[in-house]
Amino acid sequence: MKLVNIRKIDLRSTLIYWMFAGIFLFFAVLLKNDGFLQSNNLLNIFRQTATITVMAVAMTFVISAAEIDLSIGGVAGLTSVVAALMLRDHGLIQGILGGLAIGLVVGTLNGLLVSRIGIPSFLVTLGMQGVAIGFAALITDYHPVPILNDKFNTFFGSGTFGWFPGLLCWSFAAVLIGWITLTKTTFGRRVLATGGNRDAAEFNGINTKNVKFKVMLISSVVASIAGLLYAGRLQTGRYEWGAGDELSAIAAVILGGTSLFGGSGTIVGTFFGALLVGLINNGLILAGLPVSQQQIIRGAIIILAVALAKKK
Amino acid sequence: MSSIFSVVEMVRICKSFFGVKVLDDVTFSVAPGEIHALAGENGAGKSTLMKILQGVYTMDSGEIRIAGEKVSIHSFQDARKFGIGMVFQEFSLVPELTVAQNIFLDREHKNRFGFFDEKQTISQAKLVMEELGLDIDVTAKVSTLGRAYQQLTEIAKAIAGEAKILILDEPTASLAKEEVDALFIVLKQLTARGVSIVYISHRMDEIYQICNRITILRDGKKIAVSDLEDITPQEIIAHITGRKDVEMLSHQGKEIKRSSAPIFEAEDIQVGNKVNNVSFKLYPGEVLGLAGLMGSGRTELVRAIFGLDKKDSGSIKIEGNEIRIKSPQEAMNNGIAFIPEDRRRQGLVMEHSVKQNILATNLSSLSHLSFLKFSKINQVVQNAITDFEVRPAESNREVRLLSGGNQQKVVIAKWMATKPKIVLMDEPTVGVDIGTKVEIMKLVRSFADEGKAVILISSELPELLGVCDRILVIRKGQIAEDLERQEIRDEDHLQMIVQGIKV
Repeated sequence: MKLVNIRKIDLRSTLIYWMFAGIFLFFAVLLKNDGFLQSNNLLNIFRQTATITVMAVAMTFVISAAEIDLSIGGVAGLTSVVAALMLRDHGLIQGILGGLAIGLVVGTLNGLLVSRIGIPSFLVTLGMQGVAIGFAALITDYHPVPILNDKFNTFFGSGTFGWFPGLLCWSFAAVLIGWITLTKTTFGRRVLATGGNRDAAEFNGINTKNVKFKVMLISSVVASIAGLLYAGRLQTGRYEWGAGDELSAIAAVILGGTSLFGGSGTIVGTFFGALLVGLINNGLILAGLPVSQQQIIRGAIIILAVALAKKK
Repeated sequence: MSSIFSVVEMVRICKSFFGVKVLDDVTFSVAPGEIHALAGENGAGKSTLMKILQGVYTMDSGEIRIAGEKVSIHSFQDARKFGIGMVFQEFSLVPELTVAQNIFLDREHKNRFGFFDEKQTISQAKLVMEELGLDIDVTAKVSTLGRAYQQLTEIAKAIAGEAKILILDEPTASLAKEEVDALFIVLKQLTARGVSIVYISHRMDEIYQICNRITILRDGKKIAVSDLEDITPQEIIAHITGRKDVEMLSHQGKEIKRSSAPIFEAEDIQVGNKVNNVSFKLYPGEVLGLAGLMGSGRTELVRAIFGLDKKDSGSIKIEGNEIRIKSPQEAMNNGIAFIPEDRRRQGLVMEHSVKQNILATNLSSLSHLSFLKFSKINQVVQNAITDFEVRPAESNREVRLLSGGNQQKVVIAKWMATKPKIVLMDEPTVGVDIGTKVEIMKLVRSFADEGKAVILISSELPELLGVCDRILVIRKGQIAEDLERQEIRDEDHLQMIVQGIKV
């Protein structure tokens, strides 16, 4: 029996969509003559936010489990560098696997430190981020490493799958897999239960250490995929790629309506949160504002949005 | 109307939430120096009424009079101004501050430079404690005190705030017998000084022991007010539940076949110095009670059985097979369920729905290759809600919005859905209304009658006597007595055995 559910419109949980629509319209009117609405520009927004989207999907799991991961930007940068070096010296497959290995190693370390030793993830990943960025700078002596492998650049960057831009595919794939995992699998429920009330989850026979380990591992591996996307799109590996992305990803997750305190999460909200962050960046650049003003406005919009989305 | 002069009168109070009337024309008054019991099932409106008195909620209509004068109370600060103090069920003390600092929290004594005056704080706090006849070191950190002393500190805090009316919500829920006695002495002393007390409790014996009058609420309406001398427990229960024929718990003699194979065996269980060398057997159909004082090791024993705490030694057999339990997962896989003592912290995720909570213990049976089977989930959840009469019967309602009794039903429902062979229950009826209590005990009985077994910890002796076939008295981590139900005459008899008094 299927009934159409007429739900009361809950402003808080749908806020992200209203904000997205509102800001989109605002830029559409204001920047009509600056090419904002051109399909090329709109596609660019998607392209530029692909890395954030991918990382934010994984971050949704981390935050839902009441943890945080500040090392993803550093992991992305280190991955881009390692992949570029391995590509140059060994070949395509080695480059990709080498990049992903960074995510596996960092994720395992983060996960073990958080779940087994019990150090707060905030501190573990704050430290790990410095280690990752420093390591990336060290092995390249601060220099960018160009990537000349066309296959790599096509697959992870500018290419298309059929007529579909590759980076869009990466975004959609991440969102789809994340959504299914969070809402349709036992793992998703375990993550939410652990974040909602760890003691109760433990009493319910959920291995919460295991859950915490897994979300930290997933986050790092996904960050290294984002690092490959950076390397492909920009056709270089550089220690600076991804710098500050952890904050954009966290902003996207919280804007999307996931609780900062764990226990509830929404992947679709995160997707729109990430798009909104990208939209704001794009609009402010098109409006021709200097970087200093962009930063001020971006920060203010995010604070305002989170304040509006706060649970009453 | 009332001939007695009242310190506080709440007249014709009405309050609705989202169109649902939770208080309907309720009148409630407290005389000076009396202890007035406020009784009713969870959700009857007791806490809403008290929250209006404290300024947490605003009433829709009605009026509040303090010492005969009409007042308006919109905040905690207002309430305090009128001398209304609250002793919270969940303590409002800051654990890392001292007793004295807590007592004067938010009205600190300052010296002339505007800094805290620690000396003054300590001497004033000592004075308060003296008045209450309490021997508590006011310079000790609250975190180092036991539950009872924390409770008394909470009361001292309210008294130091010049409270004339003190509201106590289930104050004895986590106290041992002798601690309860100490609390009651303090309460009596307070009333002698003219302080009035509103006493919210589900425990009938305590109400009779200490209260002068009782007001009973049901479904948001005032049902009865009476001097306790003029009302019988049966009448009170009938008013509370609204049913004439309330069956009280009474033991149905039942033969347990001890010749058959035991369903569960614990051998030489040792947990630190908390549980010493405990062995017992459990037979199909048996409800085994664990009696003992707080800290006697009862909880530690069941926690170890369920794999929450590490056993130093000892073995567990289920249906004759030795099994290793090192985690709750392993206990569950072997057919053990555990209803913990603190449902808010250990039993449920309060912000999650009834459905999500029931799902949490049944993830593997309700999924295939880790993908959830939604139609089966809905069916299981619906059955659980129907079988255990969870009210309201909405699977998507957050459990924090349910009454205490219904929350406990959700905890029990989610464990029963795992189809366990042995259920461990730690104080399953704390803070649960009398109607639900009886339902839970019936459930325990019928579960055992299916040929399974229950280990029940309870501090409420009538409960143990009503449902258990055998009772182990635990003292200092050891089995001090192993008694068949028939060997125990009555509650007083069991009380003496628990206290270790030879009879």
